[in-house]
Amino acid sequence: MTAPSTAAGCAAPDQAAPLPLSVDLEKETVITGIVRAEGGDPVAGAYVRLLDRSGEFTAEVVTSPSGQFRFFAAPGTWTLRALSRFGNGDAQVTAERGVNQFSVTVSQ
Amino acid sequence: MSRESALVTADWAEKNLNTPGVVFVEVDEDTTAYDGGHIAGAIKIDWKADLQDPVRRDFVNKQQFEALLSSRGIGNDDKVILYGGNNNWFAAYAYWYFKLYGHENVRLLDGGRKKWELDARPLVKDVPQRTSTSYTAKEQDRSIRAFRDDVIAAIGNHNLVDVRSPDEYAGRLLAPAHLPQEQAQRAGHIPTAVSVPWSKAANEDGTFRSDGELADLYSFVDDSKPTIAYCRIGERSSHTWFVLVEILGKQGVQNYDGSWTEYGSLVGVPVALGDEPGEA
Repeated sequence: MTAPSTAAGCAAPDQAAPLPLSVDLEKETVITGIVRAEGGDPVAGAYVRLLDRSGEFTAEVVTSPSGQFRFFAAPGTWTLRALSRFGNGDAQVTAERGVNQFSVTVSQ
Repeated sequence: MSRESALVTADWAEKNLNTPGVVFVEVDEDTTAYDGGHIAGAIKIDWKADLQDPVRRDFVNKQQFEALLSSRGIGNDDKVILYGGNNNWFAAYAYWYFKLYGHENVRLLDGGRKKWELDARPLVKDVPQRTSTSYTAKEQDRSIRAFRDDVIAAIGNHNLVDVRSPDEYAGRLLAPAHLPQEQAQRAGHIPTAVSVPWSKAANEDGTFRSDGELADLYSFVDDSKPTIAYCRIGERSSHTWFVLVEILGKQGVQNYDGSWTEYGSLVGVPVALGDEPGEA
């Protein structure tokens, strides 16, 4: 398991790693979940894009072997958009402070 | 410069994996992506371990860069094809970095790892062994690298382009949303900087938008003045630098690699909050 990098770089950390202990859930708005195919199987290696309320790109991560993704955002309305070899999918979500769980289903 | 002289397509890359004199280099911040599978024959460069000085916040110097490329088997005449994850952010940073040290024959793989993976093109785990070379770098080309004093002097005078997400620009987020938000620096942007998120220059699959779309996107840039692009640590702004210089052929464009992690920590400099550029 690689240590997530924070201040030094901008690459997305390992999406399956536990939340770093330094993350303060009183302050952070974590948007996390799993990308699934139509049959329900998790999709590894999917590209998940977080779009803001105007539809503008905010961040992108690649799902873990178990299909997990995680963003650190702010309270409000967001769109999750997943791209994969098995198709694409969207989910409109509303997040609050703390951990918010969602799933995104992709299809051709 | 043009798209043809700066980019290669995934199709071109797949046909030229074994072409002599062509070296594929994957550049990432987290090189576990390379270790898990990469384009056949590609070597890796680690954005941090290979390109940053281990002690000071700065780049490796000319001698260290020469030693790096020599040991990786890259020659002065090789055509270097850079690609990576994160929509080619770190590959674009390496492209700019190679140009900074005077390597002429360098290209970016359009779409990087993402398009390659979404196309289901092959990845391998074999690590190639390349014969070491004797690489000679040039002195850093300061005309493409901005420092903090250049940025402060540019406020209200030159084109400043903030390529972070709109929420980072406005000060609602302190870092890209895949990273924890607690950061040392202040939130906001450099006054008079125009917000053009790097992502507007790319399609969903990571390839660059068409020349016409890119020209429209940056039509606000006053070509009679120099331009500085910045982001948080200088890699997303390398992506924009690449578009402005290498695709659109603009002159006098610098990348500010100190970017917001430096500027947002400076004492006494002006900072603007909100969605508008603000006053000088």
